Amino acid sequence: MSNYKSKYKKNKRNIFLIQISIASIFFLVWEILARCKIINTFITSSPSNIVETIINLYQNQNLFYHIWVTLSETLIAFTLTLIISIIISIILYKNDIIAKIMDPYLTMLNSLPKVALGPILIIWIGANEKSIITMGILITIIVSIQTIYNGFKSTSATKIKLMRTFKASDKDIFLKLIFPQNLRIIVSTLKINTALCLVGIIMGEFLTSKAGIGYLILYGSQVFNLDLVMAGVLILIILSTLIYNFIRIIEKRLEKC
Amino acid sequence: MDTLVQIKNLSKTYESIDGKVNAIKDVTFDIYKNEFLTIIGSSGCGKSTILNILDQLDKEYQGTIEFTEDINIGYMLQEDALFEWLTVEENALLGLKILKKLNDETRKYTISLLDKYGLKDFKDKYPKSLSGGMRQRVALIRTLATKPKILLMDEPFSALDYQTRLQVSDDVYRIIKQEGMTVVMVSHDLAESISVSDRIIVLSKRPATIKNIYKIELSNKSTPIENRKAKEFAYYYDILWKDLDKNV
Repeated sequence: MSNYKSKYKKNKRNIFLIQISIASIFFLVWEILARCKIINTFITSSPSNIVETIINLYQNQNLFYHIWVTLSETLIAFTLTLIISIIISIILYKNDIIAKIMDPYLTMLNSLPKVALGPILIIWIGANEKSIITMGILITIIVSIQTIYNGFKSTSATKIKLMRTFKASDKDIFLKLIFPQNLRIIVSTLKINTALCLVGIIMGEFLTSKAGIGYLILYGSQVFNLDLVMAGVLILIILSTLIYNFIRIIEKRLEKC
Repeated sequence: MDTLVQIKNLSKTYESIDGKVNAIKDVTFDIYKNEFLTIIGSSGCGKSTILNILDQLDKEYQGTIEFTEDINIGYMLQEDALFEWLTVEENALLGLKILKKLNDETRKYTISLLDKYGLKDFKDKYPKSLSGGMRQRVALIRTLATKPKILLMDEPFSALDYQTRLQVSDDVYRIIKQEGMTVVMVSHDLAESISVSDRIIVLSKRPATIKNIYKIELSNKSTPIENRKAKEFAYYYDILWKDLDKNV
């Protein structure tokens, strides 16, 4: 093995070890401080309490139900966002005038803190899952449309001309050129979307919910059960990392070709 | 010589924000079978517009274009425009696929072209692993696969560096002659035009009109690189250059 290669591998391993140590030390110090009663576990909870809470949740068969509720809401919002934003991007791409008219509105909507719409959603749609999903969609859709539409717009004019020399129809140009050309942009939008979507869903669950991780956290804080709040946060971290990595795998697959 | 296409009184005006622009005015010429015809002119004089009109990409023009037979036209652009997400073979088959002419026979023909012109080991590779010259060959084969009678080329080598350009123009010229094509090329490179063409049309500045049509007769005509050594080369270079120069 070359010197450079072994050095590179060693470096990579060291970085990983340090990363693991940071997390371990963090939890260890937290636990020690809690055990020695230096910090008040009533306010801070502790790693062992969190684990216990998660096991309790699991034994009451609630854990996966709550995860499933949040996950399914996220997936529905995510899928709907994807479909709607692709359709809207196509409409904007096909109609330059509409795109120009819509441009300032999209910018305005993009900078609006979507959580402000929460009360309106609950009044219009009702205190139910639909409101939560709508919140997830609202948070992601504008960025999603802007990224995908700009991707469509940046398709090389020469490639479009090439397609025209083969008498390609608009449909051919879209399906064989614009869409595949932008697949990577769409997937990287998905990566951002999953994280954002989860934010929207948790926000929605804070506003109104009967189940889900956001519900657990909110309920925990209302009854001052910090173990439950922290457990919810931890589960959320794990969940979002898993979703993110899942999209990464898809992205890697695409990069290979 | 057999005439393939007769172009009569071709004019083109288009609207811009500053008013009407006369791009081409009263251009009349014939395209003969199996010839290599080059149109030269200063940049922005409307050379490419003539190709766009010939390929019916641009349908708004005055004048007539008469084809003596039902002619299939191929068009090679300035850039190779290969699709990065398709393999070399898929890229070469793209035109056939879109024209809905892809079948066993045309596929076989395309693959035989790839094999014949040095891309045999690259069929399953992606364009990013090809050199500039190879990319240009794939682009040419993608067009040739549709078996065009006339090949239109819009400064097909302008994206390449000089050294590669000489080599590629030699390559492409050889392929074109072997496949018995009629070519209409647009260029602003005088030396390149003289080295490959049978006839050269010189266009004036905008609005483009035909200034002169030259028949290029070189002694010992062979490959483009060799043609540059012909004794008439400097003579043609001089008259073409003067023709263009007066317009600047």
